[in-house]
Amino acid sequence: MIIATLAFYLFAALTVASAFMVIASRNPVHSVLFLILAFFNSAALFILLGAEFIAMILIVVYVGAVAVLFLFVVMMLDINFAELRQGFLQYLPVGALIGLILMVELILVVGGWHLSPDALKVVAAPITEASKLTNTEQLGGLLYTQYVYLFQAAGMILLVAMIGAIVLTHRKRPGVKKQVIADQVYRRPEEAMVVRKVEPGQGV
Amino acid sequence: MEIGLAHYLTLSAILLTLGIFGIFLNRKNVIVILMSVELMLLAVNINLVAFSTFLNDLVGQVFALFILTVAAGEAAIGLAILVVYFRNRGSIAVEDIHHMKG
Repeated sequence: MIIATLAFYLFAALTVASAFMVIASRNPVHSVLFLILAFFNSAALFILLGAEFIAMILIVVYVGAVAVLFLFVVMMLDINFAELRQGFLQYLPVGALIGLILMVELILVVGGWHLSPDALKVVAAPITEASKLTNTEQLGGLLYTQYVYLFQAAGMILLVAMIGAIVLTHRKRPGVKKQVIADQVYRRPEEAMVVRKVEPGQGV
Repeated sequence: MEIGLAHYLTLSAILLTLGIFGIFLNRKNVIVILMSVELMLLAVNINLVAFSTFLNDLVGQVFALFILTVAAGEAAIGLAILVVYFRNRGSIAVEDIHHMKG
């Protein structure tokens, strides 16, 4: 139990520290790398909570896709980051004030709150023991039966996001040769080739 | 000392606050603002998974999955808009984005 406690504090401290570095670091590439570190540490926290599937998905989706997307954009766009950083300290007091107020409020809410004993009786889908059924199997059993429509809706959201991203970033370039399938299909032998009678001993 | 629900909720409160703080701190840099939004969504996910574990209810993890999906879509669309904007204007400073007078 002491090891789990120590692990929680280690991962939580690393998550908070790297989240702070995300917003405070001077170079956006470092920000992205600290974001990856924060995601890894919170994946470890999810494993501590017994949600292995979410932890693995977090690593695959966030670290493997979203963070690398951020890295691509930061590196591909030629942005003057020093200019963007001007006035950084100007916003610090009001941001710190609002952040502090919000954090104190949230922690007061969390601190003065406790679970009603009746809450455990209205559980919609109780978690069975991990020795009987793994977390992934349980999640799949719930996702593909009770939440299958929402699952499909999530797939539609991803499809729309994909089409939207492609349509937004696609650009027509002049002077690029493209394959026009309709033209190829409608091509007739008469317009494509000429039959000539070639006399022996003479050229065309 | 036993790690309870309150520990995880406090952690996610701190993460959410850091995300909001990041939006205030980097008001000119859209990329860092998008990263701050990702941090806030991560805090929400930690909240949901912690409640799911401590209430012994699997539905929280299903919701965390859906939030993950929406966050991935949001990041993709946001960065696509950013790339198009940079291509048209050569800058991503948030203060310059006032053409629609909104």
